[in-house]
Amino acid sequence: MTTHLKTRDGGPATRRSASRRSHGEGPFRFVSTAAGVVLLGIMAAIAVFLISEAIPALQANKGSFFTDLIWEPNSSGVFGIGALAFGTVLSSALALVIATPIAVGVALFISHYAPRRLAAPLGYLIDLLAAVPSVVYGLWGVAFLVPLLRTPSQWLNEHLGWFPLFAGEGAIGGKTMLAGAVVLAIMILPIIAAISREVFLQAPKMNEEAALALGATRWEMIRMAVLPFGRPGVISAAMLGLGRAMGETIAVALIFPATFDISFEILTPHANSIAANIANGFGEATEMGRGALIASGLVLFVITLLVNMGARMVINRRKEFARTGA
Amino acid sequence: MTGIQHISTSRRIKDKFVQGLVYLAFALAVVPLVSVLWLVISNGLARFDLDFLTHSMRGIGARDANGGAYHAIIGTLEQVLLASLISVPIGLFTAIYLVEYGRGGRLSRSISFFVDVMTGVPSVVAGLFVFAFWILFLGFEFSGWAGALALSILMMPTVVRSAEEMLRLVPGDLREASYALGVAKWRTIVKVVLPTAFTGIVTGVMLAVARVAGETAPLLMTVFFTNSINNDPFTGPQMGLPLFVFDQAGRPNDTAVDRAWAGALTLILIVMLLNLVARLIAWWRAPARGR
Repeated sequence: MTTHLKTRDGGPATRRSASRRSHGEGPFRFVSTAAGVVLLGIMAAIAVFLISEAIPALQANKGSFFTDLIWEPNSSGVFGIGALAFGTVLSSALALVIATPIAVGVALFISHYAPRRLAAPLGYLIDLLAAVPSVVYGLWGVAFLVPLLRTPSQWLNEHLGWFPLFAGEGAIGGKTMLAGAVVLAIMILPIIAAISREVFLQAPKMNEEAALALGATRWEMIRMAVLPFGRPGVISAAMLGLGRAMGETIAVALIFPATFDISFEILTPHANSIAANIANGFGEATEMGRGALIASGLVLFVITLLVNMGARMVINRRKEFARTGA
Repeated sequence: MTGIQHISTSRRIKDKFVQGLVYLAFALAVVPLVSVLWLVISNGLARFDLDFLTHSMRGIGARDANGGAYHAIIGTLEQVLLASLISVPIGLFTAIYLVEYGRGGRLSRSISFFVDVMTGVPSVVAGLFVFAFWILFLGFEFSGWAGALALSILMMPTVVRSAEEMLRLVPGDLREASYALGVAKWRTIVKVVLPTAFTGIVTGVMLAVARVAGETAPLLMTVFFTNSINNDPFTGPQMGLPLFVFDQAGRPNDTAVDRAWAGALTLILIVMLLNLVARLIAWWRAPARGR
């Protein structure tokens, strides 16, 4: 380390001597670092305390946590995550299937189709979708979307009933998996659209102009120069949306009818999810019941953590690639 | 044939078709926003009055038409304020560490990664964590403070990310000019970097506040329920506005559902107002940054 430059306190060459020279530098740096470490500590603490408070209930469980479809920790003492985990995965996968194409369309609209002057305000309009509280979406879903979906659901069931998702007999429509998935789709659309938009805007202008100069139409230019560049970004955006959808609680707690079975019939009133079950069951839960809910929360935490870490790794790798490539 | 050839009909049709799809996607995305706002305003206005804003639910029978959200509004304001008091210092100092001190080290990379991962922690899990830690493990009672703890976990990553972005926008020249005058690094951060980034940080904090003000799930297992006014966030159950909406929406009477809509209207007004003011601050500041 060369210190012959004699720069004053805090200069890049003498970062080490700065703490000796000025009061306050050491403590300030310590507080900053400590704040970051506290953040890491919180993440670790979430895992530790969820596990430690879930263990007693898991040990007292009279059934099998991973395979049972019953959730009766308050009465018979049997509870299993099977039906809830299935509902979480199915509802958020459906939401993703509905939201991603629309979100990519919205992102393309704002990045390449909308007039320049309008792009920013229109993007803000989409961001406002994310500002609406979850509980309000729940109210809206019950009061507006559920009745609205009844007729299309019956039509789908009548004409495409051979398709497993649209099958089912008896009550069609109402508080269904489909209604919950549509609300989830609306809630995750802004985040997918926002990230995709950023990625599409970063697509190399040179390639776009080259494609246009060769006579490509706007769609051909987008297909050749924008979409291939944006694909990893869109994939990780969709994964972040998936994580969001899995953890979304109150909206689906109001919509889902809280049944405990594994059913692919998204048009019949059979639906539940881990998060919805926690919100609906917490108030009346006994000590054992609360432990069981914490155990289910732990499962949710682990699933969303894996999905999010996967998405972030894709984004980070891309970022490094873009930096060295530029 | 010389000159520019015409684009073949099939290519042109395909181009127009995709353009139509893209416009349709945008229209589809705006429909729910308009529909939600319309429904909340039209249903919420029935009970949105002074009586609603100044009365609690204490002593209100199941079928009574009056009663209000005063206790819930007080609760939400206190919880959000406390959550900000916890998460803003931690978030801001973390951002300072990431930008000014940690440059690219292993610790800063892992903090940065987990801040991103933390944005994805489901709100209900944050609530369960505080319940498991604060109420079961440490043995405290349900309180507004416990709710604030849960909300602060959700706020922190948002505050870190926005503050970090703003600190990175501060030109390096400013820092170097300060160093050249012999100012210590920490005083440079406090006196030069933070004031420069101040409005941007305020915007980020307000957006984070708007985000957590509407959170219901973490309140369920930390704040619990009450129908009475509790001004003290540190003792006994409180209420929160989103929780009030959830509670009323789950009751079977029309009078309760009317209160839920009025509560939703109040909540949306608060959240949208925060959003709008935050964006206005950002927009008002933008020219200086855009040069």
